Amino acid sequence: MDSENLDISTILTEDRRHCRHLIDILQDIQAEEGYLSEKAMLQVAKFLDVPSSTIWGVATFYNQFRFTPPGRHPVRVCMGTACHLAGGQLVLEAMARELDLEIGGTTEGHEFSLERVACIGCCALAPVVTIGKEVYPRMTPPKVEEVLVEIEPGDAGRSLKARKQK
Amino acid sequence: MTYDEVYGQSRARWDSFYNSEIPHILIGTATCGRAAGSMAVLEAFKREIGREKIQAQLTEVGCMGLCSYEPLVIIIKQGDFTVCYHHVTPQAVPQLIQGYVLGDDPCLELALGTVAGGDTEAVYIPELERFNHEMRFLLRNCGYTSPLEIDHYIACGGYRGLEKALRMKPATIIRVVEKSGLRGRGGAGFCTAVKWRLCYEAKNKIKYVICNADEGDPGAFMDRVLLESDPHSVIEGMIIAGYAVSAREGYIYIREEYPLAIERLNTALSQAGRLGLLGNNILGSGFDFNIEIVKGAGAFVSGEETAMIAAIEGRRSWPEHRPPYPTESGLWDKPTLVNNVKTLAYIPLIVQHGGKWFVGTGTKESPGTALFALAGKLVNTGLAEVPMGTTLETLVFNIGGGIRDGKKLKGVQIGGPSGGCLPESLLDTPIDFDSLQEAGAIMGSGGVIVMDEDNCMVDTAKYFIDFSQKESCGKCTHCRIGTWQMLSILEGITRGNGSLTELGMLKELAEDIKAGSLCSLGKMSPNPVLTTLRYFKDEYEAHVLEKRCPARFCKELIAYYILPERCERGCDHCVLACPVEAIFSDEKGLKVVDQSKCTKCGSCELVCPVEYNAVIRLSPVSLVPENRRSKPEASSKEP
Repeated sequence: MDSENLDISTILTEDRRHCRHLIDILQDIQAEEGYLSEKAMLQVAKFLDVPSSTIWGVATFYNQFRFTPPGRHPVRVCMGTACHLAGGQLVLEAMARELDLEIGGTTEGHEFSLERVACIGCCALAPVVTIGKEVYPRMTPPKVEEVLVEIEPGDAGRSLKARKQK
Repeated sequence: MTYDEVYGQSRARWDSFYNSEIPHILIGTATCGRAAGSMAVLEAFKREIGREKIQAQLTEVGCMGLCSYEPLVIIIKQGDFTVCYHHVTPQAVPQLIQGYVLGDDPCLELALGTVAGGDTEAVYIPELERFNHEMRFLLRNCGYTSPLEIDHYIACGGYRGLEKALRMKPATIIRVVEKSGLRGRGGAGFCTAVKWRLCYEAKNKIKYVICNADEGDPGAFMDRVLLESDPHSVIEGMIIAGYAVSAREGYIYIREEYPLAIERLNTALSQAGRLGLLGNNILGSGFDFNIEIVKGAGAFVSGEETAMIAAIEGRRSWPEHRPPYPTESGLWDKPTLVNNVKTLAYIPLIVQHGGKWFVGTGTKESPGTALFALAGKLVNTGLAEVPMGTTLETLVFNIGGGIRDGKKLKGVQIGGPSGGCLPESLLDTPIDFDSLQEAGAIMGSGGVIVMDEDNCMVDTAKYFIDFSQKESCGKCTHCRIGTWQMLSILEGITRGNGSLTELGMLKELAEDIKAGSLCSLGKMSPNPVLTTLRYFKDEYEAHVLEKRCPARFCKELIAYYILPERCERGCDHCVLACPVEAIFSDEKGLKVVDQSKCTKCGSCELVCPVEYNAVIRLSPVSLVPENRRSKPEASSKEP
């Protein structure tokens, strides 16, 4: 996961030395390191022999790519139509409040990161939150705290308690 | 291998599977099933069967489209009813095993109904009313056959269309598709045969077929279900399309957010390749065709065909001017056919049964069926496939089971961010491309979101414009800045800062965006605003003139209020749930919300015990009695 020591040579194979594989390559790098580091993108530019601005242009266009490391527990709040109508916005706000994070942010110790995502296709269970690979159906603001404490009893519990004491 | 040999093999395996003496347990493990806990159910079955050394076969299947009943389990017993169980939990597994797998008790208290059809007929549950209104072409196998076994698909008549197509001339296939009147299911409803013919007639040795599986509409999941439940139907359609337009390479452009669909497609592709249904010299015909999967990286605009081509080429997904159309100059400047997942999935059936057969269903101008994803405030959310021309009313009430919690229907949003919101009075609108367009909505890819009295139409319009604004690729100024401008006006209105002149401005901006955007995603982005202005103007006016949100949804225009006469027991649920300590007790011990502290998260309303139901929302905010708005000075001195 450490971007400084990341070896992406297994991703940059000869058969992919063509611009049409750019998105594919970036997806693989992100799958490996969790985000796209500057170093990795420069390496890709060199590999494909294109200006680094082209890589940056493509990478920033697509929603999938992120440029900072995600938290160990990436929290994604679904903002699809069904979730929105069922109160997804309130769940997102509750998440932001409980984690003391802005949308797109990561907690200091990299435990949690918070993102809003477009529909993940579980509309029947709206509003939905995913944390890592786990899907949490029919969320409500009061449930948010329960879920977070369950995931990281230590850290989240501590920060919640600290906040409550304020 | 010839087709007959392939079919013979598959049929034998299928027969030994479905017609064996050993009971079969089918578990729906598509994404919605998994979210509802089907993997835990699968594990429980595995454990029980292993522990008791039971003779039974477990098979993962796709989704029947009955999302609100997930996890679903079907038990097949030779010479007995095939029973479908709903909301199955791991705890219920021993009961099902002891009751029906081993014994004669069909566990009716857990059952949804019996399962009929299957094999070459569409699968249905006769006990459910919705199946009286549905007609399942695309969903015929979904939830009953395994998406991981090509044998299942072939035994149920799969790849028969391809076998027939390969014996026909490409021009003849296009004539069959023309006769069927099939219109593209991606949204616009363009005539499929016309597209095919243009691509067929294009003079170039190299041509491509692209399957558009970039289902970006929030609230639509038909393509995902189809790819997760019956991937071979799409692959077969693609191969036929390739043969008809003389392409040798195909690409499936699919959202990266659909990992399970990608996994199942990969499995399906390699199985088809192994049986000689894909690759070189398909079924000995001399025709070569290969399919590659390209994962999208999350951009709504990639669903537009020219933008999708840019994405496959590894560029920013920007739409291009048309003409030239992709059928003339598309992927790497070669003639390219771009078709939606559903459009392609109809092709094997049309080739197999003929164009005339397809025209027998649906309306004159829109033949065939329509596949919808039903979501929102319905009792039965999920997928529904109905003949074109079915009314929205049937879709919402007969299939969707009406509105949850006895609430009243307010509107139906159809077609996603490019579609529109239709009011209850238009429920008799038949669902077909042209009728919907007339009403201001579009068929779109098929997402139907049902809203009840608690949903604010201004907020809904704002939601969709917010989506379109965020997803605007930025190429055209009107779409990029126009949607931003519309969004800021709508935000003002939902905060109570709007004016009537701004309602007029919204319309003007909508016209400008329509005229000044290159692609239809931009052009149609104002549709949700235009239709809500047309059908729900009173709600806009209430926001603007009275600072009131009739649905009590818009945060800035509502206040949470605890009715003193209902808050009688003086419990502390709301006090404990409030994240900002905005609730205090008055001199009688009754709870009061301090409006200056309240962040309107709604927690108090959710936790107030149902027998009291003391927390209500008021709009406009001025309705809160003055003496119950904030903590009086005197009582704040307490230790």
